[in-house]
Amino acid sequence: MRDVIIALMPATIVMLLFYGWASLMVLAVSCVGCVGLEYAIARWLMHKPQLFNGWSAGVTGLLLALNLPPSTPWWVVLIGALVAIGVAKMSFGGLGQNLFNPAITARVFLLISFPVYMTNWDLTGGFIDSVDAITGATPLSIIKEGLKSGMTLDEVLLANGMNPGTLIRDLGGSGGEISALALVAGFLYLWIRRVVKPWIPLSILLTVILISGVFHAVSPEQFTGIEINLISGGMLLGAFFMATDYVTSPASKWGGVIFGVGIGVIVMMIRYFGSYPEGMSFAILIMNCFVPLINRAFHQKKYGRA
Amino acid sequence: MTETIIWTVSVLTVLGLVLSLVLFWVARKFRVEEDPRIDEIEKTLPGANCGGCGFAGCRAFADAAVKAGNLDANYCPVGGSEVMKKVAAILGCEVQEAAPRVAVVRCSGSCDKRPRINEYGGVKSCKVKAALYGGDTGCLFGCLGCGDCVAACQFGALSMDASTGLPVVDEDKCTACGKCVAACPKRIIELRDKGPRGMRMYVACTNKEKGPVARKACSAACIGCGICAKTCRHDAITVADNVAYIDFSKCKLCRECEAMCPTGAIHGVNFPKPLDKEAVKKRIAERNAKEKEAGNE
Amino acid sequence: MQKKRRPEMSKLTFSIGGIHPADSKLARECKIEVLPLPSKMYVSMFQHLGAQAKPIVAVGDKVKTGQIIAEPGGFISAYVHSPASGTVKAIAPRKDLAGFNVMHIEIDVEGDEWAEGIDLSPELVTAIPEDREFILDRVKMNGVVGLGGATFPTHVKLNPPPGKTAECLILNGTECEPYLTSDFRILLERTDEIVVGAAIMQKVLGGCRCVIGIEENKPEAIKAARESVARLGYPDIRVEVLKKRYPQGGEKQLIDAVMKRQVKSGGLPIDVGAVVQNVGTSLAVYEAVQKNKPLITNVMTFTGDVVPAERQRNYLFRIGMPLSFIAEQAGGIPQETVKLISGGPMMGKAIACMDASTVKGTSAILCLGEATRRHEETPCISCCRCADACPMGLEPFLLKKLFTAGDLAALEQNAVQDCIECGCCQYSCPAYVPLLDNIRIAKAQVMGVIRARNAKK
Repeated sequence: MRDVIIALMPATIVMLLFYGWASLMVLAVSCVGCVGLEYAIARWLMHKPQLFNGWSAGVTGLLLALNLPPSTPWWVVLIGALVAIGVAKMSFGGLGQNLFNPAITARVFLLISFPVYMTNWDLTGGFIDSVDAITGATPLSIIKEGLKSGMTLDEVLLANGMNPGTLIRDLGGSGGEISALALVAGFLYLWIRRVVKPWIPLSILLTVILISGVFHAVSPEQFTGIEINLISGGMLLGAFFMATDYVTSPASKWGGVIFGVGIGVIVMMIRYFGSYPEGMSFAILIMNCFVPLINRAFHQKKYGRA
Repeated sequence: MTETIIWTVSVLTVLGLVLSLVLFWVARKFRVEEDPRIDEIEKTLPGANCGGCGFAGCRAFADAAVKAGNLDANYCPVGGSEVMKKVAAILGCEVQEAAPRVAVVRCSGSCDKRPRINEYGGVKSCKVKAALYGGDTGCLFGCLGCGDCVAACQFGALSMDASTGLPVVDEDKCTACGKCVAACPKRIIELRDKGPRGMRMYVACTNKEKGPVARKACSAACIGCGICAKTCRHDAITVADNVAYIDFSKCKLCRECEAMCPTGAIHGVNFPKPLDKEAVKKRIAERNAKEKEAGNE
Repeated sequence: MQKKRRPEMSKLTFSIGGIHPADSKLARECKIEVLPLPSKMYVSMFQHLGAQAKPIVAVGDKVKTGQIIAEPGGFISAYVHSPASGTVKAIAPRKDLAGFNVMHIEIDVEGDEWAEGIDLSPELVTAIPEDREFILDRVKMNGVVGLGGATFPTHVKLNPPPGKTAECLILNGTECEPYLTSDFRILLERTDEIVVGAAIMQKVLGGCRCVIGIEENKPEAIKAARESVARLGYPDIRVEVLKKRYPQGGEKQLIDAVMKRQVKSGGLPIDVGAVVQNVGTSLAVYEAVQKNKPLITNVMTFTGDVVPAERQRNYLFRIGMPLSFIAEQAGGIPQETVKLISGGPMMGKAIACMDASTVKGTSAILCLGEATRRHEETPCISCCRCADACPMGLEPFLLKKLFTAGDLAALEQNAVQDCIECGCCQYSCPAYVPLLDNIRIAKAQVMGVIRARNAKK
């Protein structure tokens, strides 16, 4: 648990630098909210104080904060914490019993309940001056809107002054999107520490690369390319930190690969053909449903059984 | 605009009518004919689905009762005589009045009487502990204190007393369903008659080892000396395998065995007055002397 | 086609799971000391797998060292011999180290007069008897059982049922449990006898090849064994080096490492042509066959992280010695001891009663300190470290969940009956979930169901 928090530190620091005090407030409310709510629910609602896990609640709070725009009002963040801990985690029985990733469940809930707050990105409060200070939608939603209105991909990008050339871009997007490098660094740390199961994020990203590569090559005006899909829309945050959550991911290697491929396919289908600009959260939640089935189908190789 | 409203209302109304007709037809076609008495009986039953009657839930009990037509083999310990009378009325048959029972913990080896000789650090489950080793005291038969019985009770009638390390039965909540009896790996808990106004006698020990060995492990152990069996004038006590047992159907609650027991292994509960051991012993001695005189004459 | 390997460089190992605890061989330099005899000895009737032995002496009888005092109680059972000379004081139940009552024969010790027919001379007898039945009879009558921990009667194991042939006799010299050094010491001090024992067992099994497997952390033993094998010149015996991993000494893991074969679930090693014996058993076989000496002694280690270096010991003990007597001889149990274990820290049993006496399979008294105290259990998050560590490829976190739910059918499907109870899962769990404690009970329940089902057929 502690290793995960350390791995998320680079991304968190980048988020704080770019978005400033507002995001610090979101981070604080999210973490304190998650930890506090878990304690309160475990102790006073369920009468099982042993179900309180501070570090685990803290990780959920951190992940939730990285998923939210800095201008989110504190009460919306608190509702998110309540959904994450109360609905997605404690009502299933606490740590280890939940079916769905708590942070993603909260994000989806907030996305559907408060669409305006969740899609409004304000870069003006950051400590670092960004080159293109845009307020408004994320790149993916801009692209989606543009494509819908009949523009080709290149026209949309040029019209919005985006150049998909640099990795760290100063574009509107949740903190996680911006700091792709920071996220990769965090993931490598977890890999070296043998905390994470690398086959899950690798299969997600390889699937995404394959699908976006093929589709973009076939029809470059309609389908976004590999880089944009890898870097934006919470792809890296989801692949490295949310899909790899022990509790909600499959136990076996091959199960994890199927899980990752499934997420990759679903997210690209939503991005290309669905009406939502980004589909990582939904993809992970949908594949979370399949994890018990995957676990029944894929067991590791046993001694003496061919 | 009105067109939309008219269309919406009419389509939904027609849909509702059609679907309700379908449901009606399905309900008629696939109806299972059941004896209405099963439902009636099920309503009178407590609805705890505890399995104490031996059936898989209250409905199964009702079903079996109607099929049999009588209550000879069936008894609901949770509902007790009241409920059984109601069920008998529905079936139109007689019901045997069974004496209410209660779970009795036949061990008094608390921490002060039965010293702990090692510290158990394993899984807090009596089942696991009993399978692993002989326990953290010198008595192989005594309560292991991990609370499997407490966890098994659906009615909240059992709780662990932290000061003695033994389970305590709440007589008002206990329904004698028998789950705790099955949960205890040492078979310490027994369902015994509650007794008139709750008064009952029992031997609070199941230790089958020889007297000195049992006594060394626990100061309240039954040493199998047999004094209780000799004292009892109602043939209620037997001693086998170095441990005494009181047959509750024969016990007349005179408490003479309790007075004579050298280790205090015999317990009498819910008696209005505390037992005056010396007085009872004196009475027994006088009676024995009289009988001896009468025998000599 | 088998690849050519340079014998000194290559190391064999098993293919699934495993862990790397520190080997803590604190007593490895301590030469074996012979313990004196106590005044009273209590010989257990339950010193082997299978049926209890039946006493054939009566209270008041005079017995000599090595005399048979109990006969097998069934087909899978063994003879038990008197560890000293004296008088039978009592035949009564007595608590074993777990606190359960077991029948014991109590002997008031008077001297050490050996029974007739036993060769006590130290000379090495290298001639292998030709008659297979003679060898099996000697092994049986001298009460030899497997000294690797399971105490399976050796004469049964060395007599494969018709239709099954032994291809490879594997001698287990790995001693993969941390702290234990008794096998290491006998490999150094009784090397020749172990090798002769191996040759005898090869003869009984019809002339199969023999591999003596020793873990890489015992280079002196490897060297001694190789020299002995070369000097004695028996055919088809070689020494293989095994990687230092736990549980390398597990029967199934050894067969996987040495023969590259896996025993099917529910099967026996002989099904793949393997017979696995501990080096201590080989020594006992030598003594039984060449010297007609019954199994009444074994080597154990007195060790632990709280035992100071100068008090570490390897003892030659006799069965029936109270554990408290041995502890006394070793200078007493150290003050800081929190856990007393008979055997290794992974698969040994906690001692609940120090008055219990040693049996044929006793391998160590471990005095462990505060650092080994168990932690409070926290929820399982399915991190699967246990599944990665399990040498049988099982998923312990799933087995525990199924056991809590009482799903015996799913437990059987997930192969809980294949568990070898090695403890790798519980060792690797970062949440301190008592996996093995639960799986052990689940395994017993499922095996009961399987047995009942097979009995009906």
